[in-house]
Amino acid sequence: MDVLDIIKPENQVFCKTKLMTDATLSYCPGCGHGTAHNLTMEVIDEMGIVEDTIGVAPVGCSVLAYDFMNIDMTQAAHGRAPAVATAISRLWPNKYVFTYQGDGDLAAIGTAETIHACNRGENIVVIFVNNGIYGMTGGQMAPTTLPGMQTSTSPYGRDINSMGSPIKMTELVANLPGVYYATRHSVHTHKHARKAKKAIRKAFENIRLKKGVSFVEIVSNCNSGWKMNPIESNKWMEENMFPYYPLGDIKVDGKLK
Amino acid sequence: MSELKLMKGNEALAEAAIRAGVDAYFGYPITPQSEVIEHLMNERPEERTGMVVLQAESEIAAINMVYGAASTGKKAMTSSSSPGISLKLEGISYLAGAELPAVIVNVVRGGPGLGTIQPSQADYFQSVKGGGHGDYKLYVLAPASVQEMSDFVEDAFDIAFKYRAPVLILSDGLIGQMMEKVILKDQQERMTDEEVINKYGDWAVTGKTNRERNIITSLDLQSEKMEARVHRLMKKYEQMEKEDLRYEKINCDDAEYLFVAYGSSARIAQKAVELGREKGIKVGLLRPITLFPYPKKQLFDLADQVKGMLSVELNAGQMVEDVRLSVEHKVPVEHFGRTGGIIHTPEEVLEALEEKIIKNGRIRHHKTRESSIL
Repeated sequence: MDVLDIIKPENQVFCKTKLMTDATLSYCPGCGHGTAHNLTMEVIDEMGIVEDTIGVAPVGCSVLAYDFMNIDMTQAAHGRAPAVATAISRLWPNKYVFTYQGDGDLAAIGTAETIHACNRGENIVVIFVNNGIYGMTGGQMAPTTLPGMQTSTSPYGRDINSMGSPIKMTELVANLPGVYYATRHSVHTHKHARKAKKAIRKAFENIRLKKGVSFVEIVSNCNSGWKMNPIESNKWMEENMFPYYPLGDIKVDGKLK
Repeated sequence: MSELKLMKGNEALAEAAIRAGVDAYFGYPITPQSEVIEHLMNERPEERTGMVVLQAESEIAAINMVYGAASTGKKAMTSSSSPGISLKLEGISYLAGAELPAVIVNVVRGGPGLGTIQPSQADYFQSVKGGGHGDYKLYVLAPASVQEMSDFVEDAFDIAFKYRAPVLILSDGLIGQMMEKVILKDQQERMTDEEVINKYGDWAVTGKTNRERNIITSLDLQSEKMEARVHRLMKKYEQMEKEDLRYEKINCDDAEYLFVAYGSSARIAQKAVELGREKGIKVGLLRPITLFPYPKKQLFDLADQVKGMLSVELNAGQMVEDVRLSVEHKVPVEHFGRTGGIIHTPEEVLEALEEKIIKNGRIRHHKTRESSIL
């Protein structure tokens, strides 16, 4: 007998997201990816659009997103998800096409694809998880790594004079006419996760309007890459990441805030 | 209606794509193949058939758009020329690994590097020996006329969907740029979305309906699974060798010498056959139409009949290695070819046969392996 058979439906306050598979998440305990996955799948489930949704997985920590999201997905080469999504959306204009990408994928190797898909105003959702580091390969410097931040390829801290400054991708793409919605959130508390879910829902609803890209950045922790425990990493994120990457809407309904 | 037209090879290929009911073309301009996307844009295929044509921000984006389209069971293609194909190789490897049907066209120019915009066949190795990373092959069609530029589009998609594998049309700047008569095929309807879902619903990502979800990926982190995937690919290539090898024999029945040449070089070698026969030299031509699969057995058998073979290529000597592997040292095999965008004349080709093969007939190639360039 399953525990859900015992609990009366009116008393059930939480259940596993329907569109998540039973596969064990490959993410480190404490990482924000799992919550970002959950929220995305909850939105697709609640909107009742699973039959019309096609996801594009990146290269990076979330390369195996297709193992966890119980929807049709294609896995793109490193950085190319927006190009892959462009073609799918053009050929299936009534589908809900989204990419799920990290900061190395979207803001370094895939910068050209990101900018140009946004500039063409492709009718897609981009979920951009920014944790300021390359997690999958073991904690190297990302284009979004904060100034002074130590990583395995910036062991003495990111020196902005020789390594450049962190890129604010969401602000960058928000300036393009093809971007209809650009917003930044986090998922480290219930309150923040609820806001992030609302933004993801709005992004997917925008697809019906066919007005261009909806770009949802989720600033996340990487406790393993940052060499902290999950609680410390969330505190560090609030104190260091949020001042540089302020949460909130940047562009709504085609208008810059 | 089929119709007779005078067209450039690149234009004929583009027109054939519309008529074959191709769903999407993604490309980036590069000489000498820009007429492909120019013709497509000019013809308004969105209105004619609903075909999507998009100029991408790079060759890399274009091949990944093809990957995306192919993931959903649609017929998608791209074209480029040598440096652009080098950029596409990562995506081509992904297409092979993820077992996706797609057509890539290379209108080859001279290299390496930025090279030259003149015709060349210097991408043979890149085309048939992998090119991109990993254990994969491409089915490679080598057109030798504007007519074949047109005909091979549909043939390429047939093979791509038969095997769920990427297919390369290996043309060159000569075939792409020259004008010839071409009979264009009738317009075929594009498949509807419903037809695509019904036909390819067992693998294509079109939205999860009442079935298990479909996933397109080339990633297998478990070694046993990855090896199984590689074995599955190798089985396809074996089947291609058994069922879909294509070649043409010209004047081979009584031949004492043989030219081996594909694409534009085959056109020139065919003229050299005529010139040779006028001089009393019994020479024939074997033209591989597919470069993979390769007519290995045909060459092996012809080695029992002829005294020597000359591989004629617009490069510094690439296919000659496969001719040598095929004949297993039974007869001397030499290479002749110009590079840098220079196109050899039939007279030069015949002279090379006389110098390298007929005069030196008894010398085994281990003694003549030094560079065979002019």
